Amino acid sequence: MTKKKTAKWVHKDLLGLEYLSKEDIELLLDTAESFREILDRKIKKVPALRGKTVVNLFYEPSTRTRVSFEVAAKRLSADVINIAVESSSVKKGETLNDTGRNIEALKADILVVRHNCSGAATMLARNVNISVINAGDGWHEHPTQALLDMFTLRKKLGKLEGLNVSIVGDIAHSRVARSNIWGLTKFGAKVTVCAPKILIPPEIEKMGIKVTDNIDEALSEADAINVLRMQFERDDMKAFPTQLEYFKNFGITEDRLKKAKKNIIVMHPGPINRGVEISSQVADGANSVILEQVTNGIAVRMAVLFWVSQARDKDMKNEITH
Amino acid sequence: MPLKQVFTKEEIERAITRISHEIIENNKGVKGLAIVGIRTRGYVLAERIAKVISNLYGTKLDVGALDITFYRDDLSLVAEQPVIHNTEIDFDIENKNIVLVDDVLYTGRTIRCALDALIDFGRPRTIQLAVLVDRGHRELPIRADYVGKNLPTSQKELVQVKFQEIDNEDSVTIEETGDDKEKDSKMGS
Amino acid sequence: MKLLIKNGRVIDPANKIDDSLDILIEGGKISKVGKSVDARAETVIDAAGKIVMPGIVDMHVHLREPGREDKETVFSGTMAAAKGGVTSVLCMPNTLPSLDSINIIKTLNDIIKKTANVDVFICGAITVGRAGKELINISGLKKEGIIAISDDGASVDSDELMLKALKEAKKEKILVICHSEDKALFGKGLVNRGFTSTRLGLRGIPKESEYKRIGRDIKLAEESGATAHIAHVSCAESVEIIRKAKKKLIRVTAETAPHYFSLSEEDLLDYNTNMKINPPLRTKDDILAIKQGLKDGTIDIIASDHAPHTENEKEIEFEYAEFGNIGLETELAVSITELIGPGVLTWPELIRKMSLDSAMALGIDKGTLGVNKDADITIVSPDKEWIVRKENLVSKSKNSAFIGRKLKGAVEYTIYKGKVIYKA
Repeated sequence: MTKKKTAKWVHKDLLGLEYLSKEDIELLLDTAESFREILDRKIKKVPALRGKTVVNLFYEPSTRTRVSFEVAAKRLSADVINIAVESSSVKKGETLNDTGRNIEALKADILVVRHNCSGAATMLARNVNISVINAGDGWHEHPTQALLDMFTLRKKLGKLEGLNVSIVGDIAHSRVARSNIWGLTKFGAKVTVCAPKILIPPEIEKMGIKVTDNIDEALSEADAINVLRMQFERDDMKAFPTQLEYFKNFGITEDRLKKAKKNIIVMHPGPINRGVEISSQVADGANSVILEQVTNGIAVRMAVLFWVSQARDKDMKNEITH
Repeated sequence: MPLKQVFTKEEIERAITRISHEIIENNKGVKGLAIVGIRTRGYVLAERIAKVISNLYGTKLDVGALDITFYRDDLSLVAEQPVIHNTEIDFDIENKNIVLVDDVLYTGRTIRCALDALIDFGRPRTIQLAVLVDRGHRELPIRADYVGKNLPTSQKELVQVKFQEIDNEDSVTIEETGDDKEKDSKMGS
Repeated sequence: MKLLIKNGRVIDPANKIDDSLDILIEGGKISKVGKSVDARAETVIDAAGKIVMPGIVDMHVHLREPGREDKETVFSGTMAAAKGGVTSVLCMPNTLPSLDSINIIKTLNDIIKKTANVDVFICGAITVGRAGKELINISGLKKEGIIAISDDGASVDSDELMLKALKEAKKEKILVICHSEDKALFGKGLVNRGFTSTRLGLRGIPKESEYKRIGRDIKLAEESGATAHIAHVSCAESVEIIRKAKKKLIRVTAETAPHYFSLSEEDLLDYNTNMKINPPLRTKDDILAIKQGLKDGTIDIIASDHAPHTENEKEIEFEYAEFGNIGLETELAVSITELIGPGVLTWPELIRKMSLDSAMALGIDKGTLGVNKDADITIVSPDKEWIVRKENLVSKSKNSAFIGRKLKGAVEYTIYKGKVIYKA
């Protein structure tokens, strides 16, 4: 039996992977392994968060992440309340902080927030005492997505250290890219980002990564690629060539994969645009782990919910005793 | 603090052998029998019992490992961070006779969690309980079917089981701690 | 009423004084400056161990009145000024409506007369509604008392119109203050463009949007022969352009704000909206360049760019929050902490940049401790440390980027026209 030094988890909130240590991330991934096993049981539920209330506060439409958090919370026996922007008082002009404080007053324990503005989760966490989990804020971070990507990679390849991982797509506007870069580089993985130059944000190489606009170069050494969703409908993309042109130059196709490592792992945070950033053959092919990512996402989010709840309980205990 | 050895390596081995025989006796053989140990030392004990029984019958018994962290009722009370291990029960427990194994039986709360956890895997025909040491002070209506040794203790004492596989020695010791903190800070098995 | 300030270290750059002296004030004016002034005074302030300097002349202040009295008023803003050792302010024209007509200047003058606690000078708009389309009636507004014009918060995009403004200002002998910002390059930016904007996932503001427009404004100043005053210089490139212009003897003055030599974009990493400022906080290298610019005289003036905003406008998502932070109450202490401590400026140099140089740029008879001048005096404990606390701010808005910071140098007294208007 090997004894691994585990991190002392102290984070009441999960705002981004930038702020976590390698040991923190390892604890989350290891815990997710335990939860992953539960998902294969007949009774896919444990009572770890019994009596706790998780509120999903979503300012952006995102069925995928919201449902994943909902399933994760339910598997932990928590009660889940979903607030979408259309159905809440948000539209009536209530500020984000007020909404957060109201949710706190409802005695919720964990607030999962998705917001179109970078920094929204950070601000909320400053203003409420309950746990805040960032489910994606603007272009900033999407920590649970990166954790599930890393979990999937680790499960498939046994480790993260030294892996070559290429992230392809709209890096400039991608919180998934940023969180993956922070997380992977902490483990000594070698990250390359690949996109047309206008979709590379300034000075991103300072995050300790390689930058290229040549897809074949990004693929040649890669043990895994993470293909980002392209959103041609956004304003910033108006200056951009057509979808077809993007696919021609950056799309992940079987032909391109032939030149890559045989067992290259193909990931995608979803939802996928077939024929835009990835071909159907690749998305459904042997190298794709896209659906495994979805399942793993539940386990990872269970781990996050479990540990922030633990930290929050400790906080409350300290408040009472002091 | 004075440390008193209450079980030697040989005594532990004898107790395991006796428990194994009692299990076979009680279940009239090994048909439909499986063993599940509670992480971490209960699982070591379960593997040892399974080995004794397998040696006697020449068949391999199903052995599972159960981590009860997510079932604990004191997660928000304990001071130290829980250590999470994997649960590994890769056989069907439906209609089986399950022997649940732990090293020390104390308040009974760990066993309560383990029962909840186990039942989430299916509906066994019976669940029986085997422990190396029963030290008393139950807080729940739980008793063991197989006991290595009944050990009268005070709540100020700390009973520690060590196994070669984890601790590089086989022993059971009692230590005077001076207060009954142990019960608060630990589920106490 | 006589007031005597004894034993202080009197620093008066206008008269090249830096000595332990006494100052006697009579009838709101300075009547005597010298060694051991022997006079009977109703009030005697012992300033031993303290610095006695001209009251600060802050040429970049948003008082928000009329129109946004929820953010600040002439009264509350000048209270904040008094607490910060500021005895003259130039109020910026981006009010509601803008300070672009004779009527609105009349209204504001009325408010100032009734409620101001220190001298308030008025900066009119350059164009009607600060819309960059049509010049205001400069001579008309000058008669009502404006001493400068600026479209602050916006730059006049049309070269032709800006040139015309500069020429007319020269004729009318009033200062043109340039908010040099190319909106097309600025885009929807929120923070300095670079590693920090990438890290935070926020749209970047390129430095080009500032320094290219400064280049244009200087070129127009050269062409017109008028003086262009460049407001809130924030980056190295701008300093360099101004330095070169000054070498060519082009008439240009420049100002920076305390946050540009004390805070960098890295301080933004927790999305503190009080640090969302325009121009944005730049890099640590830019801080060094600004300090160098102050040291070598490229940057003449330190002004606060006091920009009050309510909590509803600041305690929200970073993207939606207003730009700007308040500075009247902290500008002197931040400057002492960042410039005197590390030896960037001497005391006389710093004091000059916060009083005499701004007064001269504006053409007002302030910023000096000369005999017969207005007795606007600030007395400072140079080594006293204090922490900026939100609850101690007297400005109506509390959006200071320095909340929680420890600063060195505290205002002990502010004297305005011979009266103690603030005492610590």
